[in-house]
Amino acid sequence: MSVQQIVEKIKANFSSEVLNVVEYRGETTVTVNKEQIVEICRFMRDDCGFNLLCDLCGVDYLGQEPRFMVVYNLYNITTKQRIRIKAQVFEPAASIDSVSGVWGTANWHERECWDLMGIVFNGHPDPRRILMPDDWEGHPLRKDYPVQGPDREPYKGRLS
Amino acid sequence: MGVEQPKTLGNGFITTSLDKLVNWSRASSMWPMTFGLACCAIEMMAAGAARFDLDRMGILFRASPRQADVIIIAGTVTKKMLPVIQTVYEQMPEPRYVIAMGACASSGGIFDTYSTVQGIDEALPVDVYVPGCPPRPEGLLYGLMKLQEKIKRERNTFGAAIGVGEVIRD
Repeated sequence: MSVQQIVEKIKANFSSEVLNVVEYRGETTVTVNKEQIVEICRFMRDDCGFNLLCDLCGVDYLGQEPRFMVVYNLYNITTKQRIRIKAQVFEPAASIDSVSGVWGTANWHERECWDLMGIVFNGHPDPRRILMPDDWEGHPLRKDYPVQGPDREPYKGRLS
Repeated sequence: MGVEQPKTLGNGFITTSLDKLVNWSRASSMWPMTFGLACCAIEMMAAGAARFDLDRMGILFRASPRQADVIIIAGTVTKKMLPVIQTVYEQMPEPRYVIAMGACASSGGIFDTYSTVQGIDEALPVDVYVPGCPPRPEGLLYGLMKLQEKIKRERNTFGAAIGVGEVIRD
């Protein structure tokens, strides 16, 4: 089954959820709504054979709508196929359902994504920080987070 | 060792001479804590290995802070790592010395960010700063020799060891 056929299969099963399909340099990206992300992921795993979640990450498009995307990079170990699923996440709630029940890998990736991006994963079994100290405030990889920390004067250039 | 035969047994004779003995033994057996944080630790290991051979100066890396005299902060100190370093430092017996190795440990270096401590001197009293990114083993050796000179300049070390007064550092 080629990647095009897989995309058609997703479209047939989740016609109202698929927003956009882009193929660029042999990489296929499917943008979806976030509401049925767990069902889509379970479909990808069980019916399309994408048994490995390579990576799960958040993207901050500050100034655009939706502000956040959660990106799922999937791999089919048997057929060596890759596909990318992107789910839109809107502010201010910035929440999406957890897929850690589909792939166990997602557990720590979602913790990292919440820690650094502030995207809440509903139903996550262990929603703690993973990289920053436990008492940290804020989510440092957001584009509006001051790079030198909130308690310091921001850097204004070498000659200022 | 510079211990001279005195002409008169003055008040200062015993303490000053024993100070020199104590300082000499401390400077000749500075045992650093085995504690590497980033790429500077690679240079620290190279300084300890065969080519530069810190052992010839009596500098043996110890795996326990309870046996260590010096902690070489070799690398970037993140805010998450800082409590660990402070705990290790507090576990070291006195007298204890701190060497900030490299740009990151001295000033934060290129990591002028939310996650990085801007110099370990915000948390620990640093005795010697070694510049470089990372410093070559010669640089670390020079820093250790500077610390030896500093230890040898201390006064009343014997007195402080038996509970009379404090160590006087210049």
